[in-house]
Formats: sequence, C-alpha cells, structure tokens
Amino acid sequence: MNSFKKLPKLSVNNIPILTTISIFFLMYAAASIMFPGFFSLYNFVNIFKTNAFVGIIAVGMTFVIISGGIDLSVGSVVAFTSIFIAKMHQSYGMPSWISMLICLGIGLVLGLSIGCLITYFELPEFLVTLVAMFLMRGLAYVVHQGTISIQDDPFIAFMKRTGIRVGAGNLSLYVWVFILILILGILVSKYTRFGRNVYAVGGNESSAVLMGLPVKRTKVLIYVMSSLLATLGGIVFTIHLASGKPHNTIGLELHVIASVVIGGTLLTGGAGRVIGTFFGVLIYGLVFKLPAYISAFREWWAQILVGLLVLTFILIQTFVAEKTARAVES
Amino acid sequence: MEEILKVSNLSKGFPGVQALSNVDFTLNRGEILGLMGENGAGKSTLIKVMTGFYRRDSGDIHFDGQAVDFTSPNDAVRHGISTVYQEVNLLPQLTVAENIFIGRQPMKKRGGIDWRELNSRAENAVAKLDLDIDVTRPLNTYSVAVQQMVSIARALDISAKVLILDEPTSSLDAAEVEQLFTVMRRLKSEGISIVFITHFLDQVFAITDRITVLRSGKNAGEFTTEGLSRMDLISSMLGKEFEDLDASRWGSSLGTGEGDPLVSMNSVGKKGFIFPFDLTIRPGEVLGLAGLLGSGRTEIAQLLYGVEKPDEGVLQLNGQETALSSPRGAIDEGMGFCPEDRKEVGIIPELSVRENIILALQAKRGALRYIHRKEQEAIADKFIRALNIVTPSSDQLVKNLSGGNQQKVILARWLAAEPRLLILDEPTRGIDIGSKVEIQKLILELAKEGLALLFISSELDEVVRCSSRVAVLRDRQVIGELDGTDISESQIMKTIAETA
Repeated sequence: MNSFKKLPKLSVNNIPILTTISIFFLMYAAASIMFPGFFSLYNFVNIFKTNAFVGIIAVGMTFVIISGGIDLSVGSVVAFTSIFIAKMHQSYGMPSWISMLICLGIGLVLGLSIGCLITYFELPEFLVTLVAMFLMRGLAYVVHQGTISIQDDPFIAFMKRTGIRVGAGNLSLYVWVFILILILGILVSKYTRFGRNVYAVGGNESSAVLMGLPVKRTKVLIYVMSSLLATLGGIVFTIHLASGKPHNTIGLELHVIASVVIGGTLLTGGAGRVIGTFFGVLIYGLVFKLPAYISAFREWWAQILVGLLVLTFILIQTFVAEKTARAVES
Repeated sequence: MEEILKVSNLSKGFPGVQALSNVDFTLNRGEILGLMGENGAGKSTLIKVMTGFYRRDSGDIHFDGQAVDFTSPNDAVRHGISTVYQEVNLLPQLTVAENIFIGRQPMKKRGGIDWRELNSRAENAVAKLDLDIDVTRPLNTYSVAVQQMVSIARALDISAKVLILDEPTSSLDAAEVEQLFTVMRRLKSEGISIVFITHFLDQVFAITDRITVLRSGKNAGEFTTEGLSRMDLISSMLGKEFEDLDASRWGSSLGTGEGDPLVSMNSVGKKGFIFPFDLTIRPGEVLGLAGLLGSGRTEIAQLLYGVEKPDEGVLQLNGQETALSSPRGAIDEGMGFCPEDRKEVGIIPELSVRENIILALQAKRGALRYIHRKEQEAIADKFIRALNIVTPSSDQLVKNLSGGNQQKVILARWLAAEPRLLILDEPTRGIDIGSKVEIQKLILELAKEGLALLFISSELDEVVRCSSRVAVLRDRQVIGELDGTDISESQIMKTIAETA
C-alpha cells in the first residue's frame, strides 16, 4: 500500500500531552525567573503535598473520562470521608485506620452502585453521579454539621511525621501514596486488558461491543475505581489537614475534571494519559500558588487562568479531531 | 464443492414486517459469493441472523457440518464467522496493532501486556494482506480503505473460516477496490469463504463465483457468475421480466420543457462520492433519475441542493454560475428538496399540519418576519385542498396522518415556498398505491405549471410514467440519458446492463 504515505512520527494525537508538558515547564521556568525564591525544592514539595489528594482522585477521574464518562461525586466523597473519620475519632475514639477501612468499604459500595446504575440501567453518567454527589454531601452533614479536628490519633500522626526529607521539605508518607497510585495508574492504563478496554469503551462503545470486549464489566470497574480513589483521596486529605468538616471540597469534582483536561485527556473519551493528568494537577497547583507571590494576582485571577487553560485544551482537542479527520480523507 | 455454511428455510419477522421468509442460502468452502438485492430485500437481516445479532424465528443454520445457533456476533466470531461492516467498527484512536489484538493481547509471564510481541504479531497479520503500514500508528491516521483492511486482518487473526464483507467498497476508490480484490482472491485460494455484499454490478461480476439474489425477503435467484448476463441479474433483483413491462407514459405529454435550462450541471463531481456528470433541467419538465440502489441518484440531489460540495465542475442556475455551499443557499435560489426518508428528516411529527406546511416559507422569509396566523391558515387550507390531504383540520398533528398524506404535507411545505425547482427523492416510498398515483399525477401537474422537477425513484415504472427525460445511473456514474419514446423500463434496464 504505497499510496498511503507514512506521516511523520510526531502524530497529531500526541499534541495534547506535549502541550501539557510544555505548559508545565514554561510556567515553572517563568515563575522561577520572575520570583526569586520560587524555584526551590521546598516549594515544589509543598505543591505536591497540598495537591496529593487531588492527584489521587484525578487518576481515577482520568480513567472515567477516557471511558467517555464523568464522575461528579468525588468532592462529596472526600467531604464525607473526612468528617466520618473525624467524628468516629471524636465520639467513639475509633482509631483512624479502622474508620478509613470502613470508608473504603463505603466507597466500594458507592462505586458499585454508580457503575451498575450506569451500565445495567443505562442511566446517564452525569445524572447518576450528580445524585451520588448530593447523597454523599447530605450524608456528610448527617454525620456532623461542624468542624472537628483530629488530635492524638497515632496513625495520622505517623503518616504525617514519617517521610523522606527533600531539601527543606518533608515528603510525608501520604504523599507517597499519591506517587504509588500514579505509577499504578500508568501501569494499569498501559499494561492491563482492563486498561486498554477503558480506551476502547471511550473510543467507540458499540465497536467495543462488536469486538467482543467486556464493556459492561469494564464500565462498572471504572466507577468502582473512581469511588475508591476518591475515598483514598479523602483519607489523604484528612491526614493532611488532621480535621474534617462537611462543607469541605465543594466543587472539587470540577477542579479535578479541569486538571484532567489540562492534562490532555479528551473529554469525549478514547484518548488521554495518566501521566498527563499528573502534569495537569501540578499546573493546577502552580496556578493556585501564584497568588502568594503576586499581590495583584488574587485567587479569582487563578480561577480565570484555569478557565483559559481548559479552553485552550478544548480548542487543541477540536483541532486534533479535525486534523485526524482530514488525515483520513486524504 | 463442500458446503461450509448452509441456511435452510430461514424466517425472521419484525413487528409489521416479514423481513425474511423461508430463505435458503448456501456458501461453499473457498468461494466468493455475491449477495445482492434492492432496498428491503433482506440482505442485512440475513447476515444479522446468521451471525447471531438477531435470533431467527424458524429455519436451520449449519456451519461446517454442524447445526449452530449463535447467541451473539461474538459467538459467531469465535466459531469462525467474521463480519466486516461498511462503517469500520474499530477504535480509531488506538494503534493499528492494538485494534487487531485488543481483548486478546499477548501477556508477559510476569503479567502485563507484551507490547513488543503484540506489535510484531500485528506486523505479520497486516503483511499477510500485503499491507505496508506502521502498525504502531493510530488507526485514524489511515484511510478508510486501510481501516477496512485492518478490520479484515483482525477477523483473519481470530481464525475466520467465513468472512462477510458488508458493502466494503462503497467508500473506496478504484485502486483501493482492486487492492481489496487482490486480498479477497488470495484468501479464497487459502480456502476461506467470502460473502460479498455490494450494489456495484461491475464489482460483483469481477470478483464473485456465484451470486445469490434476495427480493422482498425471499430467494429471487441463484446464479453462477460465469455466463450470467447482466440483464438476468437485474431482472431478478427488480423482479421484472421483459415481457411484463408495460409502458404507460404520462410524462410523454410534457415534452422536454421550454426555453433555457433552469439548472445546468457541467462535469460536476466529487471524489469518492459521484463521478463527474452533465445534467440540465428546464422549467416544465420532469427529469427522472433511474438506477439501482447505491448507483448515485441521491448523491446527485445532494450536490444540486448544496448538502455536499462538488470538488469539480460548474453549476449554472438560470445561466448564472453559482456555487452552493448549503441547503440554505439552495432555498434562496428557489429550490425545494423532499428527502428520501421523511420520518428521519422530513416531517416534524409533533407539529401540526399547518406548522409543517409553513416551515419552509418561514425559513425563506427569515425567522424575524413572522407569518401571521391568518395567513398561515389560508396557506395551509389552500394546499390541503389542492393536494387533497386527508386530515380533519390543519391543526391535526402530522404524526396522526397516513404515510401518503404525510408525504403530501412535505410536498405542500415546499410548494408553499414557491420554488422554481423541486427535488423529490423517493416521494412515494412506503405509501399505499392510491396515494402513489395521486402523487405521481401531482408531479405532472406541477411540471405543467412550469415547475422544474428532479424525480428520484427506485421504482422503474414510476420513473418511466412520470419523467419527460430520464438519466440512467450505474455505479456512481451517469451512463446514459433517455427521452421521448426511448423511455421504457426495458430500455432503462438495458442501459444499466450494458458493459462500460
């Protein structure tokens, strides 16, 4: 088939991820040049620490979005998890590691329910996870209405204290949970049949069915995974703040989705990389770090900048989609 | 010859339609069989029943000597029957290699997909088809032709004994078709049996050993390709013998219109869509388009109406060169288009007869210039009377009308916009015989009033009856034009059957 000329190796499909990585390094370089003292390991470690829980949830969300779905419940799951652990500790003196395991169990049940409703009852992802979002937020308030801080819990203290010193910062154990999840996410997406099936479902669900792939099982698993990772994110969040309150992390799901999109994952499904999400989360963390350095650059400007970044990526994706469509025609 | 797939007495009904009745079908080992038939013949239903997509109502299927009852397409694939559809059913964003192996990836001993092994096996799989492509590139960077080949490669790798190709050539150019044929011949020599579904007469004669024809869900003929005349094949597909072709020609009263052409298309064509053609339509004439399913009739209408842009040729309207880029432009130029599938794109079922009729006129005037209710009612009533639309009132919802009356509502819609040219694509499909005749008469009356009409129908008798001239199409090409006394069903069939 000599008529089908080989295109250069740099495929248009790689444009989003390359853009993400370039933006990340450009922003870091720019910030480092503009603000002396910005470029420090301490700073970097801090961005890592504050965003570890976002990163964990974003790994799950990446799978969801690659499969062509959406999960709006993750922010409420975090809130529920944090207040549940805090309340159990305060009222019943329950060691946090036990309440964390209970939370993971709840997350499992929630994910299974979401997945089954979407897959077997063929309900829209958006609505099912919206319902889950209200449910978990409501349950968080049922548990407790105010803030509870967690003191003298040996497990949480251990997780915060133990870590690896990196320069002036301390990469606590729970940050390593994020890194572990990240690596696992990359491996699962690339080296397991489940991971590849996620791409297939998002690429073209009816094709995937015709090709004999286990579409239903895959979809259920995706939501189980997302809910479990949201719970794990909630646990890390609770350790990080050593407290819980039910009105935490309102709107977190949208921040996570934004990070995933900035990470180059296609909102229409079928394409994206977990490593892209990693950079997406770091870009996100960086943007919200900037207000500390420029007094005029307040948090709302950070919001606007994130909005612009998301817009950029949607435009890039549209461009990529058109480009590939044209490549096929010629 | 050894039979690999044998279907006997197969029936399948859907609510309101008997899609297949007592169909027999035999496929021999190592042969290429053409499966042909017009719209509604039951080709796709037969394929879908054989591959487990639908369950049959009655009948037997034997595969490789054993009675089988596939429960899903996947089940059929596992047994060795693979189908490659016209729309490529693969995953465009994944690589070629992954598309061939997804769900069956080779795994490393320690776990994890062995990508190196996967890619090298994929290279072998495509090499078997003489395909020199980089299997690590995403599928969507290749043309549809290559994607189809990849689809075949996947089917073969799952060890296909029977390959069903459902209109694989409809979006391929001549060179790509030849390439596909080379592969098909190779597979045949390796003992694989192929069912080839196509509308293209030239292709079916070029590649098949035998041809099975279905018509209205029944067996209409089984032929050995060698020695078969095109005429016999066409007669069998259309269900008509020469003798019973009766020529009642109303259109002959029209003449071929008056004055300068309203439309003149000069070498207009679009690559992979329709070959360049010349057409003229004068006011007061009905130009009929005749040809088998998929011959390019609707494509001409779409180019004329601005749905698709031609990539060569000149379109003149009233002697003025015009480039139409959208139906909107065509409407502004005074065209109306009654599309083929009125349910999908024609009527708006939840609106009333009046609202449906007024739609095109409103669009033409622009949304801001509201047509007063009184005026709307007057227009609707006028057309309900003129076209004899049977409805209790103009406020009746269109969905409650019969098919024939719905079709008249669409006609009324375009007539209300006072077009100079009306394109009718299958205006009588699926409506009862009485309404058919009424609509045919209406077409002639409109032409007599000076309207130019382009009339598309797969029913030859109707084209013959209503047209003042007929352009004949085959395999996406205008191959002849008939007028006056030359217009007859047998002449149209002869023209289609003539070898290029």
